[in-house]
Amino acid sequence: MPDNVVSLEADAVLLHRIDTFNRRYGHVIDEDLLEDWPIFFSEDAKYLITTRQNHEANMPVGLIYCENRGMIEDRVSALRIANLYEPHSYRHLIDPPVITARQGNELSAQTSFACFRTVQASAPEIFCTGKYLDRIIDDGQDLQFKERIVVCDSERIDTLIAIPL
Amino acid sequence: MSPLDFNPNDFSEIPYAVYSDDEIYAEEQKQVFQGRAWHFLGMDIELPNAGDFKTMFVGDTPVIVVRDKEGKINAMVNRCVHRGNLVCIEERGNLDHLTCVYHNWTYDLQGNLASIAFERGIQGEGGMADDYDKSCHALPKLAVETFCGLVFGTFSENMPSLTDYFGPEMCSNIRRLLDRDMELLGRFQHGLDGNWKLYMENVRDTYHATLLHSFMTTFRLNRLSMKGAVEVSEGGLHHLTYSIRTQDNDQGQYDAKEIRASKDDYTLNAPELLQSWPEFDCGTTLAIQSLFPNFSIQQLSNVITLRLIVPKGPHKSELTWWVLGAVEDTPEQRAMRIRQCNLVGPGGYIAMEDGAVVGWVRRGVKGAPDERSVLAMGGRDIERKSESRCNELAVRGFWQGWHGLMEN
Repeated sequence: MPDNVVSLEADAVLLHRIDTFNRRYGHVIDEDLLEDWPIFFSEDAKYLITTRQNHEANMPVGLIYCENRGMIEDRVSALRIANLYEPHSYRHLIDPPVITARQGNELSAQTSFACFRTVQASAPEIFCTGKYLDRIIDDGQDLQFKERIVVCDSERIDTLIAIPL
Repeated sequence: MSPLDFNPNDFSEIPYAVYSDDEIYAEEQKQVFQGRAWHFLGMDIELPNAGDFKTMFVGDTPVIVVRDKEGKINAMVNRCVHRGNLVCIEERGNLDHLTCVYHNWTYDLQGNLASIAFERGIQGEGGMADDYDKSCHALPKLAVETFCGLVFGTFSENMPSLTDYFGPEMCSNIRRLLDRDMELLGRFQHGLDGNWKLYMENVRDTYHATLLHSFMTTFRLNRLSMKGAVEVSEGGLHHLTYSIRTQDNDQGQYDAKEIRASKDDYTLNAPELLQSWPEFDCGTTLAIQSLFPNFSIQQLSNVITLRLIVPKGPHKSELTWWVLGAVEDTPEQRAMRIRQCNLVGPGGYIAMEDGAVVGWVRRGVKGAPDERSVLAMGGRDIERKSESRCNELAVRGFWQGWHGLMEN
């Protein structure tokens, strides 16, 4: 393991802050507090859900592709007002993060997750597993995503994806 | 009553058994997927180099599509002639030749059996039976043709050429969209909870689009009051519908109080998602085209996509999307396509609902194989063309085409 990673991981306080931030992120999605979800992102943040295959092939389109917080907010209003889908909820299990780089007030981190989906009265099923590739701004007090790329392990999504990951 | 007992002059009522019956499914594999139809195999740009291959399915049959050393794209069944093992296990890659890992039988990139491991045995003992002539064996081959970068294959030995199969009207739309150097911007795949034909009906259903999809109606991406048309090819096989956003004759038909999908108060915080440029001289802003049996091409503003729906048993199917740009796109145009791509795919503001409806209809028609759906919008005939898209003629055409093959 490279030295800088060892020293970064030694920063237990920072790791804990990112971990808490990620867990709160999962919490607002799983508890249907989606109106609070855009707050995790900076104004100019990029949010992308992609697949391992598209990501590795450098293909740019996303299952969900947002270039700024306005587009992130629109994802919430669309699923509240415009789109039709069967009622369902998520349960995220989010690993502790691995910090992969740090420069000034910007951090890069990678975090594994699993997301279970329950559609109405059906049994919960594994909807998606994958990794978050994040660029996080740390102003000393709060963290905010400047970029969150959600890379799904599988190319295949069951039926549809309405709620963000 | 047999589910195939259609009146051959009337495809406006369809028994629900066509979506669930095991015998129909098995017959369909023979008559449609192994039969007289051209099947989409992929894009030639997915296989740029000699030895590039991909694996996929034509109906239930596993298929390898590979570019050989002469640059030709070949397709063959992905099943070793020895014991039936998959020859290629990976979804994509590059190979010098094809090797079945089970017993190391090898094939060239045309699918011909090239070598049998220990064919002469070891130290004169064992080896393949003398009467087995490997030059007589090959992976079963599909005939392959390419048009505007789209690669198609067929198991049938007496098909018309690809362009004759599509007919001139269909070819002209394909050329309009794809007769230039294209770039693959991504692929999506989703599993759908219903029969593949439910999805193809949806693709060809010009009536539902502005009633189901709020996004289309609210942001005037498509309304039936816009200038447009729907047409089918000879025998109903293929269809094309299009509309021109700038020519809308809406006279209050989409009153938000009457039409659920019309949401006057709904606006976007980031309307740049829908920013587009007039890419085509004809002014077409929406075009959806299906090529029988299970392939479609669409243009929605500037997002150009291909869709292939592959059956996975009577009750499941798998949908793959290819999202395309043009190599000549400016960076701004490319960015617009990528943003507009939020409309399509499993998470698409519009397309997510089409995927969901397939499962809802499957559940709705369960236990009612003899009851029938009604496809009588726009009458019961299958005109070749209608200026009104408040019409289910393209869905009736699908059943005419399907029935024609199944009756063989």
